[in-house]
Amino acid sequence: MRSMLTVTISALAVVAASASFAEQRTVKYYADYDPAPLAAMKEIIADFEAANPDVKIEFQNFDHEGYKTSIRNFLTAEAPDLANWYAGNRMAPFVNSGQFMDVSDVWEANGLKDSLASALPSMTIDDKQWGVPYTYYQWGIYYNKEAYAAAGVEVPATYDEFVANCAKFQEAGIDCLTTGTKALWPGAGIFDYMNMRTNGYEFHMDLANGKVEWTDDRVKATFANWAKLVEPGYITKNHAALDWQDAAALLVQGKAANYVMGNFAVAVFKEGGMTNDTLGFLPFPVINPDVPRAEEAPTDTIHIPSGATNVEDAKKFLAYMAGAEAQTKMNAAMGQLPINKDAKVNEDDPFIVAGFELLSTTPGGIAQFFDRDAPAEMAKMGMEGFQQFMVQPEKLDDILARLEKARQRVYK
Amino acid sequence: MSTVSTNAQTRSWWRENQQKLTPYIFLIPGIIFFMVYVIIPIFESFWLSGFDWDGLGDKEWVGFANYQELFDDEAFYTSLKNNIIWLVLYMLAVPAGLGIAIFLNQKVAGIRAYKSLFFFPFVISQVVVGLIFAWFYAPNFGLFYKIIEWATGSGIAILAEPDMVTYGIIAAGLWPQIAYCMILYLTGLNNVDPEQIEAARLDGAKGLKLLWYVILPQLRPATFLAVVVTVIGALRSFDLVSIMTDGGPFGSSRVLSFYMYEQALSEYGYRMGYGASIAVILFLIMMVFISGFIWKMIDDERKGS
Repeated sequence: MRSMLTVTISALAVVAASASFAEQRTVKYYADYDPAPLAAMKEIIADFEAANPDVKIEFQNFDHEGYKTSIRNFLTAEAPDLANWYAGNRMAPFVNSGQFMDVSDVWEANGLKDSLASALPSMTIDDKQWGVPYTYYQWGIYYNKEAYAAAGVEVPATYDEFVANCAKFQEAGIDCLTTGTKALWPGAGIFDYMNMRTNGYEFHMDLANGKVEWTDDRVKATFANWAKLVEPGYITKNHAALDWQDAAALLVQGKAANYVMGNFAVAVFKEGGMTNDTLGFLPFPVINPDVPRAEEAPTDTIHIPSGATNVEDAKKFLAYMAGAEAQTKMNAAMGQLPINKDAKVNEDDPFIVAGFELLSTTPGGIAQFFDRDAPAEMAKMGMEGFQQFMVQPEKLDDILARLEKARQRVYK
Repeated sequence: MSTVSTNAQTRSWWRENQQKLTPYIFLIPGIIFFMVYVIIPIFESFWLSGFDWDGLGDKEWVGFANYQELFDDEAFYTSLKNNIIWLVLYMLAVPAGLGIAIFLNQKVAGIRAYKSLFFFPFVISQVVVGLIFAWFYAPNFGLFYKIIEWATGSGIAILAEPDMVTYGIIAAGLWPQIAYCMILYLTGLNNVDPEQIEAARLDGAKGLKLLWYVILPQLRPATFLAVVVTVIGALRSFDLVSIMTDGGPFGSSRVLSFYMYEQALSEYGYRMGYGASIAVILFLIMMVFISGFIWKMIDDERKGS
């Protein structure tokens, strides 16, 4: 009798436990948000949990740099159900090694190929989609209007005008173009635009994918255009020892006029005291009028690791994150652009409006950024080369020979 | 009956050998950890260096291809050259530490406070040292930059100059290293025999000759330790490079340990095999010094006994 009782009780306990389990299924989500988007993500999670009361998102935030290293460990060791990462070639190692799950069914079931169309190519490998993008942002030239007034020049429409302005800026003691390449990547932004404006999107992608030799004459043409800024000393001296924020300070102080940057820099400029009246945005000017305009817009994404335990609910969250409502909220907080074409952008922010206009009318194509379009090793070698070129332009042939050697090894 | 006798036998065997066995038993935990964290990884590195592996996918055996590539890699030679510059210039810490130690080895009011002030840079973390010096050199607002600008009219951003950056980092590294050597010599100076110095003085020895022929020989153990610590410090210089320049500008301040990290573990790396082959080279270089030191220690001990 007593044994019967214990059995019943334990059976009841099991039933109760599984019932409570059914009530609260958990989805583990690892991410690397800055404070503002983090707050928005917490709201989105709260909204999602309100709409799906039986799912609980266990959210864990990492710092950016730490996340980039730890993702490799946790994907293989103890995978969460959702993880942040980036589109393009940057996700290729995880896709090819089977660490990310194919989520084409989420795209199919929710009509994402239509609503997220602008990011479809960068999310597709082997005709399958491997994650859901939630934000991107434009790159271009941010400039100090007061510096333009001080040098008495107009905002340029073509690259030749831009270079001509630089001479006037130099006379006025202002750096025409500033950058801070201590962390290498800001230099790649300049290269991407130089190359896309000189040779166009297709060529740029072929180069990033290792289909063109670095010693090709067309690559040399790109660097020749770039040299028009490097050789006369129009770019901030000592940029190799500056972080990108240090260079932003130069722009804020009016010691530099232009900065090739992503839209995330606007927050830094404004913290430094610039306003919509003093800070301007201009698309990178035309170099070769025959190539269709292409732009740079790195896309941030969420993926389901192959080791996920709660795939079904993770997919539900992905679908929610792809929706207009979540993307509107997230991008309002991030000051970036939603991918979903039905999402709303902040009409009061001229930089957001300009970016939205710029990206939605791009005829040439949207690049992710050199370190996402090219494989990691090539990206590193390339960015070092770009930095060296801006310090020692006379070594261009050495640099290109080195990059070509790397290309033959990396893409074999 | 028989069991009793075996028992007695075991006990007596244990009794007999207790003295001999105990040290080994005490050594076991240490040996296990040393094997797991030092010896086995060394062999694993050798083994990994024969593979092409990104840390995630399948390993592909490539034999000596990694080394072949390494010896054709400009960045490797830059790192090697920088390592040699580090080794040579870091040695300055030994005489500099000795000089400061002799300077501080006097009995004045508050000398302990001065000593601890000189020792201070060794106490703070290398990361902090790196940050302090990075700001010191920083273009536009760094103290060093400003002084040069004031003296010559145009500032120099040491960390942006490919030809100067390594020297700038070594200077930062010397700051704590000199303090370390100083401490070693200060303790050494405590053990210098005052009677010998008195005798030397009576014989008319003074100044550098007194230092060279009477004091330095007595400081030999301290010198040995200072050299060992400095050589190892120079070869594993990683934190300062990582903090101050991240290997830049365009890789001109890389050292082998940093290059290994970049190739194997950094954001753009994950070439485990290639990184391992750099580690092997670095290990072989270190082995030259370490076996030299060990040989000298054994030699000294033999002479001593």
